[in-house]
Amino acid sequence: MDTLRFITCGSVDDGKSTLIGRLLYETKLIFEDQLEALKSDSKKFGTQGERLDFALLVDGLQAEREQGITIDVAYRFFATRRRRFIVADTPGHEQYTRNMATGASTAHAAVLLIDARKGLLTQTKRHSRIVSMLGIRHVALAVNKMDLLGWSQAAYNEIEIAYRAFAQDLGFEMISAIPLSALEGVHIVTAGHPAMPWYDGPSLLHWLETVQPLEQETAKPFTMPVQWVNRPNLDFRGFSGRVASGSISPGDSVRISPSGVISQIKEIAVWGGAQARAFAGESVTLVLNDAVDASRGDVIAAAADPVKSADQFEVDLLWMGEHRLLPGRPYAALIHNKSAGVTITNIKYRLDINTGAQLSAKTLSLNEIARVTVSFDRQVPFAPYCLNRRLGAFIVIDKFTNETVGAGTIHFALRRAVNVHWQALDVSKAARAGIKQQQPHCFWFTGFSGSGKSTIANLLDKRLHADGKHTYVLDGDNVRHGLNRDLGFTERDRVENIRRVAEVAKLFVDAGLIVIVAFISPYRAERQMARGLFNTGEFFEVFVDTPLAECERRDVKGLYAKAHRGELKNFTGIDSDYEPPQNPEVHLRTMEDTPEVCVEKILQLLRA
Amino acid sequence: MSNGISSDLQSESIEIIREVAATAANPVMLYSIGKDSSVMLRLAEKAFYPGSIPFPLLHIDTGWKFREMITFRDRIAKEIGVRLLTYTNPRGAAEGIGPFSHGSAYYTDVMKTEALRRALDLHGFDMAFGGARRDEEKSRAKERIFSFRAPGHRWDPKVQRPELWSLYNTRINPGETIRVFPLSNWTEADIWTYIRQENIPIVPLYFATHRPVVKRFGQWIMLDDHRMPLEPTEQPQLRMVRFRTLGCYPLTAAVESTATTLAEIVAETLGATTSERQGRVIDHDGAGSMERKKQEGYF
Repeated sequence: MDTLRFITCGSVDDGKSTLIGRLLYETKLIFEDQLEALKSDSKKFGTQGERLDFALLVDGLQAEREQGITIDVAYRFFATRRRRFIVADTPGHEQYTRNMATGASTAHAAVLLIDARKGLLTQTKRHSRIVSMLGIRHVALAVNKMDLLGWSQAAYNEIEIAYRAFAQDLGFEMISAIPLSALEGVHIVTAGHPAMPWYDGPSLLHWLETVQPLEQETAKPFTMPVQWVNRPNLDFRGFSGRVASGSISPGDSVRISPSGVISQIKEIAVWGGAQARAFAGESVTLVLNDAVDASRGDVIAAAADPVKSADQFEVDLLWMGEHRLLPGRPYAALIHNKSAGVTITNIKYRLDINTGAQLSAKTLSLNEIARVTVSFDRQVPFAPYCLNRRLGAFIVIDKFTNETVGAGTIHFALRRAVNVHWQALDVSKAARAGIKQQQPHCFWFTGFSGSGKSTIANLLDKRLHADGKHTYVLDGDNVRHGLNRDLGFTERDRVENIRRVAEVAKLFVDAGLIVIVAFISPYRAERQMARGLFNTGEFFEVFVDTPLAECERRDVKGLYAKAHRGELKNFTGIDSDYEPPQNPEVHLRTMEDTPEVCVEKILQLLRA
Repeated sequence: MSNGISSDLQSESIEIIREVAATAANPVMLYSIGKDSSVMLRLAEKAFYPGSIPFPLLHIDTGWKFREMITFRDRIAKEIGVRLLTYTNPRGAAEGIGPFSHGSAYYTDVMKTEALRRALDLHGFDMAFGGARRDEEKSRAKERIFSFRAPGHRWDPKVQRPELWSLYNTRINPGETIRVFPLSNWTEADIWTYIRQENIPIVPLYFATHRPVVKRFGQWIMLDDHRMPLEPTEQPQLRMVRFRTLGCYPLTAAVESTATTLAEIVAETLGATTSERQGRVIDHDGAGSMERKKQEGYF
C-alpha cells in the first residue's frame, strides 16, 4: 500500500481544519475517547453551536483554540483500503506562511480550499504560487461551503474558471475542481449528492485515493548524497545516505562529485546482510571497490550521468525571516547534506503574489517570493529542482540567530560559475611580504561613530611605519568619498559598504601590506564575512569600546546632534543597531586607557 | 526492501537518526523501554550497521516503573552492547516524591520533566532523540521532527523553525538544544506492524496474561509492588489484561484483552475504538496539559 502525502491550504476560515476533521471522522479514525473530548471541547471552544466542531480535532495548540485560528502545520494520519495518507493541515494566515511552506515541501499533492462565498483571495494565490514553486503538480480545488450558497452551480463555475485562468502559468499537470461542504460532509467520501446533480466528478476522498502524483524517481539516473561516512573499524568504510533518484546494484559504476573519482559498488550493506538493489527513497550504506575519499555533502551518482558542481545559481527563493533579506550578507545554507556559506548576489525580480508581475526589489520581506542569483562559498553538487528535488532544494540560515530564514529551489547554474577561476599568480603573498620583511595583517576596527577608531588607527599606523612596516589605513569617511560614494546608510548599503572594503583589504593583504580598517561596521555578520576572507592569524578584530553616551558627549563631527534632530537617518546607536563583537582579538576600553596604551595593546598581538 | 508498508517510514527515520549523528556534538537517545523506544532502538541499530550505535541511551527512572520494564531494559542494553545511562532526580528521591503521596501532576513534574532537564544538563547533551509520534496527541501533531529548545529546555510552539524537505537545521548556540523525533510520522498501527515483521523484542507487559489489578477511576491499575495504598473498597483481582502503553505503573492503566501474540495485538490495535493515550492518567490532568508539560521541557 503506498502513502500519499498531501496538504490542505487556502485562506483563513476556508475550512481546512474542518475538512481534515471530517476526513478523519468519516474514515473512522477518531477514537471514542477523542470523540468524547471533541464533544466537550465543541461546547467549550466550538464555533458550531450544538454541533461537533471538527476543526478542534486538529487545532491542537492552546493559542490556536483560544484564537480559533491555525498557527502551525498539523500532521494527521489516516488510511483507506487503497492508500495510507499523511495530511499536513497548514495555516491560512499570511503571518504563518512559512509553516504552510513547511507542510508543502514534503507533499505530493495539494487540496486548495476556497470559500465559495469569497472566491479567490490573495492568500489562495500566495499558497498556489508556493505549491507551484515547491514542485507539486496535482491540485484539487475544493470549493467549500457550497451549502451556504444554496449549492449554486453558477457560483462554482465562476470560481473554477477564474482559478484555471489564474493558474495557467503555474505548471500544474492537473487541476480537479470539486464542489463540497466540509461541515455537512458533502462530496467528502461519496460523490453524487442530490443537492448538486450537475456535478459528475469524484468525491475528494476518491480523488485522493486515485491521484497519481508520485513521480517515477526510480526511473531516473542514480544519485545519492553522502549523509554520513560509516567507519566503525579499519576493515569497513561505507557511505550512508538516502537514495535521491534511480536505483543501484553491486557492480554498477559510480562517479563522486565534486571530485570526479570513479569506482564501482561493491556491496549495499543493510542490517543483517547485503541487499541486491537499492531504490530511490531508501536509506542505505554503499561500499565501494576502491578506497576512495568522499565526505558528507558529496554526491555519488551513476558514472554515465555524473552530477555537476557549481557555486553560483539562479534560484527561486521564499523568504521566511522576520528580518528582511540583505543581498551581499553572508548566510549559512544547507543543500542536501552539504553545509556551505551563501550570499544572495542579485534580486532579479520579486513576484507580485496576485498578478504574477515581476517587480524590481532591493530586499525581500517575510513571505515574499523572488527570482534571485546566489553565490555559495564552495562548489556544491546539484541538480535543477524540477529534475531532482533532493539535489535542487536548499535552506538559508541566519548565521547568528540560527533561524531558518529562506527556502530555495535551483533553476540552473550560472555560466560564469563554471568559467571564472581565480587567477593563480606566480608571485605569492609570502614572496611579496618577504621583500618587506613583514607579516601581512588586517586590523579591523569596529565601534560607534566618535569612539576613537580613527585616532587609534592613525597612531597605530605611525608606530608601525616608524618600525619600517608598510601599512595602509582604510578609513570609513575616506572610502565613502571614492570607492563607495554610491552607497548610503540603509542596512542594505551598509552591508555592501563593508563587503567592498573587506575585499579591498584582502587584496592589500595579498599584496603583503598591513591594513588597518577603521569602519563602524555595526553588524556581526559582515565582520564575520570579512574575517572569513583571510587566513587564520591574519585578521585581528579590534573592538573600540566607548559607551554611546560618551560618544554622544564628544560628538567631534556634530553628527549625533544632527541625528537627534532627525536630519541624519539610520545613524548607528540612534536609529540603527550596533552589534558588539563577542570575541574580538583586542577589546579596547577608551574610558580607561589612553590611545597610546590602546596602541600598545594592539602591538602586543604582533609580538605574541 | 522486504519491509512492506514501513519501508518509506523506516528510511525516513534512519535518515533522521544519521543526521543527528553527523551534526550533533553530544547526542543521546532517550529510552523509555516502551514499544516506541524498542522500534527506535532497532532503527538506530540499522542506521549504523555494521558499526554500533554511536551514542548512549538515557533512561529517566522515576523509581515507579514496572519491575518487568527494568529487567527488560538491562537485558536489552547488554544484548545490543549499547551504553546505558540512567538518571533519577536526586531531589525527588531525597524528598520521597511519589504519585500517591504528591499527586500525579507534581510527581510527573519533578520525576520526569525536571529529571530530564537535569540529566541533559548534567551530561551536556545537545541533541536528544525521543520516541514521540504525531498521532499520539494534538500538540505532538504540531511539533517539528527537529524541535528546537531555548536555554532551559523551553519549547515555544509559536516560533518553531520552518522545516522544509528533509533539510534539518541543526545549528544551535551554546545552551540551546534540539529534541529529535524519528518516529514522528509513524502511527500506533505502524509500530505494531513493524515490531511484528521485524520480530523486535518488547516488554512482556504488552501481552495479555492474568495480572493483579484494582479498578480505580474506571480504569484497571496493576499492583506491581507493595507501595500502592488500597482504598477499603478496593479488592485486588486477577484479570486477563495487557498494556497498550507503558509508563509508571500507578499512572498507566491496563486494558482487558486476550491478545497473547503479536498477531493478536496487531489485530486488536487495528480494531481499537479508543486511543492508546487513554491509558495515560497524566494526559487527562487538564486540557492542553501535554502542551504545557512540553513547554516546560517534558518530551
